[in-house]
Amino acid sequence: MSGPNTDYDPVEVTPLKAEEVERMRDEALVAIAAAADLDELKQVRLDHAGDRSPIALANREIGALPPQARKEAGARVGQARGAINKALGERSAVLEEEHEARMLVEESVDVTLPTDRRSRGARHPITTFSERLADIFLAMGWDVAEGPWVEAEWLNFDALNMGADHPARTMQDTFWLEPAEAALVLRTHTSPVQARTMLTQEPPIYVVCPGRVYRTDEVDATHSPVFHQIEGLVVDKGITMAHLKGTLDHMTTALFGEGITTRFRPSYFPFTEPSAEMDMVCFVCRGVDSDACRTCRGEGWIELGGCGVVNPRVLTACGIDPEVYSGVAFGFGIDRMLMFRHNVTDLRDVFEGDVRFASAFGTEI
Amino acid sequence: MKASLSWIREYVDLPADVTLDKLTERLTMLGLKLEAVTNPADAITGPLVVGRVLTIEKEPQKNGKVINWCSVDVGDANGTGEPQGIICGAHNFVEGDLVVVCLPGAVLPGDFVISERKTYGHLSAGMICSAAELGLGGDHDGIIVLPADAGAPGDDAFGVLGMDDPVIEFEINPDRAYALSLRGIAREAALGFELPFTDPAARSTPAADDAGHPVVVEDSEGCPVFVARTVSGFDPTALTPAWMATRLEQSGMRPISLGVDISNYVMLELGQPNHCYDKARLAGPIRVRRATAGEKLTTLDSVVRQLSEADLLIADDNGAIGIAGLMGGESTELSETTTDIVVEAAHFDPVTVFRAGKRHKLHSEASKRFERGVDPLLPQAAADRVVELLVELGGATADAGTTVVGTAPAPVSITIPVDLPARISGIDIAAETTLAHLAAVGCDVSLDGETLTAVAPSWRPDVTDPYDLVEEVVRIVGYDQVPSVLPPAPAGRGRSESQRLRRRVGLTLAGEGLVETISYPFVGEADWDRLDLPADDDRRTALRVVNPLNNEEPLLATTLLPGLLKALARNVGRGNTDVALFETSLVFAPTGDERAPILGVDRRPTDEEWASIEKAVPRQPMHLAIALTGHAEEAGWWGEGRSASWSDAIGTIRTLATELGVELEVASTTREPWHPGRCAELRIGERVIGHAGELHPKVCKAYGVPARSAVAEIDLDALLEHATTVVSGPRFSSYPVAKEDVALVVDASVPSAAVEAALREGAGELLESIRLFDVFTGDQVGEGKKSLAYALRFRAADRTLKEGEASAARDAAVALAAERTGAVQR
Repeated sequence: MSGPNTDYDPVEVTPLKAEEVERMRDEALVAIAAAADLDELKQVRLDHAGDRSPIALANREIGALPPQARKEAGARVGQARGAINKALGERSAVLEEEHEARMLVEESVDVTLPTDRRSRGARHPITTFSERLADIFLAMGWDVAEGPWVEAEWLNFDALNMGADHPARTMQDTFWLEPAEAALVLRTHTSPVQARTMLTQEPPIYVVCPGRVYRTDEVDATHSPVFHQIEGLVVDKGITMAHLKGTLDHMTTALFGEGITTRFRPSYFPFTEPSAEMDMVCFVCRGVDSDACRTCRGEGWIELGGCGVVNPRVLTACGIDPEVYSGVAFGFGIDRMLMFRHNVTDLRDVFEGDVRFASAFGTEI
Repeated sequence: MKASLSWIREYVDLPADVTLDKLTERLTMLGLKLEAVTNPADAITGPLVVGRVLTIEKEPQKNGKVINWCSVDVGDANGTGEPQGIICGAHNFVEGDLVVVCLPGAVLPGDFVISERKTYGHLSAGMICSAAELGLGGDHDGIIVLPADAGAPGDDAFGVLGMDDPVIEFEINPDRAYALSLRGIAREAALGFELPFTDPAARSTPAADDAGHPVVVEDSEGCPVFVARTVSGFDPTALTPAWMATRLEQSGMRPISLGVDISNYVMLELGQPNHCYDKARLAGPIRVRRATAGEKLTTLDSVVRQLSEADLLIADDNGAIGIAGLMGGESTELSETTTDIVVEAAHFDPVTVFRAGKRHKLHSEASKRFERGVDPLLPQAAADRVVELLVELGGATADAGTTVVGTAPAPVSITIPVDLPARISGIDIAAETTLAHLAAVGCDVSLDGETLTAVAPSWRPDVTDPYDLVEEVVRIVGYDQVPSVLPPAPAGRGRSESQRLRRRVGLTLAGEGLVETISYPFVGEADWDRLDLPADDDRRTALRVVNPLNNEEPLLATTLLPGLLKALARNVGRGNTDVALFETSLVFAPTGDERAPILGVDRRPTDEEWASIEKAVPRQPMHLAIALTGHAEEAGWWGEGRSASWSDAIGTIRTLATELGVELEVASTTREPWHPGRCAELRIGERVIGHAGELHPKVCKAYGVPARSAVAEIDLDALLEHATTVVSGPRFSSYPVAKEDVALVVDASVPSAAVEAALREGAGELLESIRLFDVFTGDQVGEGKKSLAYALRFRAADRTLKEGEASAARDAAVALAAERTGAVQR
């Protein structure tokens, strides 16, 4: 390398000749264009634009020129370096893009491989269906009430107008607990929750009581000693059977769709008077050409459960003045409704704990 | 209650346009629910005729059987008038008997086509039928032998057998005892179609006198009315006429003998149970009294019954001859030599009959009616009707004398505002409609201004309350008239806190891959043994069911583990090998001296009474249990799987606690049924809320679940009590984090939780998080030692940490861990 030239004497510096600079530039551009991949380009960058590249060396020689020649030479070298760097940048971008495209092809996987590292959990459909039913009533402003499963005989029977000598007691096959003088039963229905509610709250009362109940039924495809009911109770001023019908129509419509309403047939329950059986329009055949319908077995209607006007004797026993208030109540089996709504054919599946059953329903119903 | 259409028609003249469908639909809407209609004729296409057996040739077969080659007169029904040759395998008939013949061309139930066929060397042209072959049911052996008066050869047998008469079965609710009779059903049919009703009980009966069989009623409360009539010269060989036998069978009762059949027939007709005694076997007057201690009676079903002093008896000088309203005694029943009969028709107190039935676990057609309520004015009419039939059909003579003891209780008078039915039903019902409908039901109705007074008819003892009148009016107006109106509920607050939290628990556990189950709560002592519970374990104190379905499982669960382990075993047995279950359910924690009072119902219980009920109901906390076996994570193309273990059981509960914002402490403990070295006690502060870990190998074997199954059980109520319901929004620093790792060697027995607690405390407030990322044992750390490697993250809320601050905090943490746990930094 030549030392700094402080004189104004022209000095011949070969690398800074115009044709030399152009040659360096052209060689660089050819090499850049010829680089096939990023590695080659890296070498080209070192060779033609690195610290030891001819153009870099030429740049250093500018100082050897007399001051009046430096400007021209500087411009010449600067332009050449600019062209080289620009070409490097452009080539690099092209090669990077090519590289990435190749990588993406190489990294492709079989997206159809299984992904089931952990099995899915589920809540029990009785739980979720109970919630679903309760949601309908919650949306109307009702509360959800609960109570114990082992219950005082008085609350399960007597307070509901089923004294010890009432023939209706034999309608509900009861699990009695020892000793007899404990007067405890496994509740045969969720009605004691209604009694508890009336005994502990002032009207107006609007509650549903979903829950587990017990009767001495042997296990088969449609019977179980443990099953679930949801009961509803309204006690307010001026409550009529029309309010009962309205509530039940709303419930069946909410669950099964427009047009699925209920009908009443006279029946008997000690705790209601008048009492009715309630049926709902079959949600499968909708009562049209029912003969072939397997859901309602040709009836056009599906039996839901019982309902009626709360017997004033029950109100009295629970401390509510029947002269001021009237009430309506209803109850039906959650298991049974689950079975017909979801085409479950064997009640045993509900209670045997086979994971395949609950898993089919997931976490909401 | 079953009744044939023709029998109903006897008391109400149904016009032709009232089809069977219309009738049953109307009765259903009146409260007599149609259960089923059976019409045996529908299943058969004729010809089915009456035949007389002329000759029987017995022909022994090689197989030892004897068949009968019969010649049967079927009149002109076969077109020729010649006797029909028929092969028959039954032997319960003789020449001259009237039988039912199915001629070729007929089709019996089950598409059984009858044709001429060669069999046993004869051409058999038809079949002599059994009840079963005609689809009539019954438990008779052999073919049907018709009563001699049933008809003539060639007559259509459908009519003779009552097969052209549909039988309607009704489901009668306990309040409508009157409908357990033709009288009641026909009355409802008349009411439903506004037709005149012929009351079979409306008959003039002889006045009571002293000439009848002597009767002493010692308990007029139990037996308000007792009527006795007698007949003599009854022909005990007289047969029950075909029409009566058919009606009894149609109503589901077996014909037995004429006397008994008449008694049953009148009960079905009028609804009044009654009884016939062989007068010759009675000693002295009939006495209605309570039983004395030690007294016994052999009832008609041949069971010797030890009587209770609470039983109301019919007795004579020799002792008990019947339990009132329930069943008669064997010693005085009608026999094949009975000629003189005492007819009893009485009214018994429903509760007395109900209790006797319960005591003796005996239920009869009579008690079914008495305990639900029979018309107290019926006894005279019923006794008279029985006598009439004994005379008419049995050749008896009615004796003079009618014994009537007691009087029927006075009918109930009920007063209501006349608009009550409208107000309760929500239907617009005019006052005159209410009056008319109550009158139609049989009430004696009067109106004074807006106040209606109704005296219930004697046959409706169920009508006692104002709302009973409402029901009577509304059922006739029609339940289908009730409009649909939503009630104006006040604004609600949604689910309770506890209900919301439980939903969250379920969703969290399902999110963790667990599947919810519901188990029966029934367990047995064997379960406590399978769980290896010590003799004094609280969980052995359980409620006992008096009448369990399975005698091996009379107890109510105090822990959810037995049910869950059985479900686990069932799953594994069915090939579901990777199973994670959870159950939330109440368990029963009795003290053993719960005594729930039976309170009155005429008013609200006093506060003390209510408290005594609440106290008597055993504590029933809600538990959560989980059970895990098989893979927690599956093996696959991604690598090895991972088996569920004790740590998953603990981890699941920890996850749940975190979800609920509860600080859960975990400590090592021992408790059945867990592995003694792999059991964690789960605490909130000082309170132990449950346990988790690996199941003891013995318990795995006892329940047939795979080794190393893991379980946890907690008191869910206790966990939910501590749940954070309102979370404060977090403050977090955006300054850089400084990370420091430390590896500490401690004695193998030191719980990692203790090391972590010391590090946490020693690190001070700059510590953001700490995580144990490796546990290592082996030669490098020395025997009886373990190495715990922790990743610590430090961060300040308000600034970037200065050089050395994080390492100083780390050193402080290590120093405290060393002091507390003997930890040495590696």
